[in-house]
Amino acid sequence: MSGLAEFLYFLASVLFILGLRGLTSAETARRGVWLAEAGMAAAVLGTLMHPDIVTYKWIIISGGIGSAVGIAMSALIPMTKMPERIALSHAFGGLAAALVGVSEYYHHTHQLGHELPRITMGALGFEVLFGGLTFTGSLMAFGKLQGVIPGRNITYPYQNESNIALFVTAVLMLIGMIMWPALSWLLYPMLFIAFGVGVLLVIPIGGADMPVVISLLNSYAGLAAAATGFALGNNVLIIAGALDGASGFILSIVMSRAMNRSFTNVLFGAFGKVDEAAVAVSSSGAEVREASVGDAAMLLSSGSKVIVCPGYGMAVAQAQHAMRELADILEKEGVEVKYAIHPVAGRMPGHMNVLLAEANVPYDALKELEEINDEFAEADVALVVGANDVVNPAAKTNTGSPIYGMPILNADLAKACIVLKRSMNPGFAGIENDLFTMPNTVLVFGDAKDTLEKIGQALA
Amino acid sequence: MTPEMFFGLYVFVLAAFVGYGVISGVPPLLHTPLMAFTNAISGISLVGSLVAAGAQYNSFSTVLGFVAVLAATINVVGGFLITDRMLKMFRKRGGGRA
Repeated sequence: MSGLAEFLYFLASVLFILGLRGLTSAETARRGVWLAEAGMAAAVLGTLMHPDIVTYKWIIISGGIGSAVGIAMSALIPMTKMPERIALSHAFGGLAAALVGVSEYYHHTHQLGHELPRITMGALGFEVLFGGLTFTGSLMAFGKLQGVIPGRNITYPYQNESNIALFVTAVLMLIGMIMWPALSWLLYPMLFIAFGVGVLLVIPIGGADMPVVISLLNSYAGLAAAATGFALGNNVLIIAGALDGASGFILSIVMSRAMNRSFTNVLFGAFGKVDEAAVAVSSSGAEVREASVGDAAMLLSSGSKVIVCPGYGMAVAQAQHAMRELADILEKEGVEVKYAIHPVAGRMPGHMNVLLAEANVPYDALKELEEINDEFAEADVALVVGANDVVNPAAKTNTGSPIYGMPILNADLAKACIVLKRSMNPGFAGIENDLFTMPNTVLVFGDAKDTLEKIGQALA
Repeated sequence: MTPEMFFGLYVFVLAAFVGYGVISGVPPLLHTPLMAFTNAISGISLVGSLVAAGAQYNSFSTVLGFVAVLAATINVVGGFLITDRMLKMFRKRGGGRA
């Protein structure tokens, strides 16, 4: 490899880390993106000088199509579809890593006819295994988010046992091809097993657990890229892969912690089937009080502080703009409006923040759980827009509840609580919510966007 | 283990620690842009796929390389653009955009 190419790779590595550092604050984030873009340009330039490249024809065609698709996707995709788009890009990342692995293997063993060193074979195998399962796993996540595949958790007998058996088979094949180079052809069947593992791993996972799964797949895509770096002996790949892997890992931890669950529990303990007895224990039979739009408007405008608790329902109803317009009206009347963002509200890390930012809500009004939870007691109204499990007080009180111990937004402590809800169906976890039957809670049924607009009209 | 492989491990572990340290400082506010951003960066697998697509080792490798370049470019170009599109939306109260 030429010295210039090496230098460009080095430059790219430094720029990636600096770019990531930019993301630690909203003020410097865009500059961080530019730095990373420059880094990527440097890395691509360095690669294009690779002596093995004899024609640019296919690179230009496929890079051209890829750029066009990338530009179109990023420009046209609505913010509410961001989880789908992220899941899809994890799929692409996994696919690219797996294909590079297979191509490299084929080139060396079938064409050049020499055995790959064991270490390289191990890295290639790891890359193909994780690339493959990230590809299909992410496609499954995409399908679930998009509604093509049922979003609920799908379970069947011996599910975990068979999944683990399949994964262990793939790992044994990997070990086999490292130990006995004659068995290296196992790479191909292993790729197909990896595809299967990806599908089966995500099938049992319900919609509410998607933030963890998406983060975990992010991490796998990074590990696959890092393994590519080991196989090709390229440090910038190793570094970028490690950064991606670390990011996915951190997000998975943050998400699991926000649900008071472990990785293993998310992956192997499909939500909702945990403890059905607990549902009966909670106060079923208690009546909910339904309020009209006019009552809700009165309640909201009569106080001095409103805390909004948004959830996935806000994204589904695309109600973020209507929410901000209502907040504007309330603020004109002298009511302070803040937003309490639970880490797992929505379907991916940070989902609610992006939606509300899109609707022009200033980011200093978006408060994290720890930051705002003590303020609920002094709030006049907690306005719950399409959130359910993240405001369920059973997490604090009912030791038998599947979500017991999960940190929740203290909407129940506000002087009054207005819940916007489509129907009385339980949330994705299938758990009843005591908040809805509390004496100071009223429910307004209907489409969240529609309801928010009507409340705004009632106040205007 | 070859010395190069060990060197690679050093690089991986150090980068993972740096990544862990830096990313821990990213506020939850920016978690979605962070994901889109690291997605774009992981498109660095282009470094491998570009060679596979342009080296004409054999038609099988070229086809795989072609598809890999396609997938990786979508991630790189789309990932950076969408990260920027999201970040442009974040603004402070009364103030300018981030």
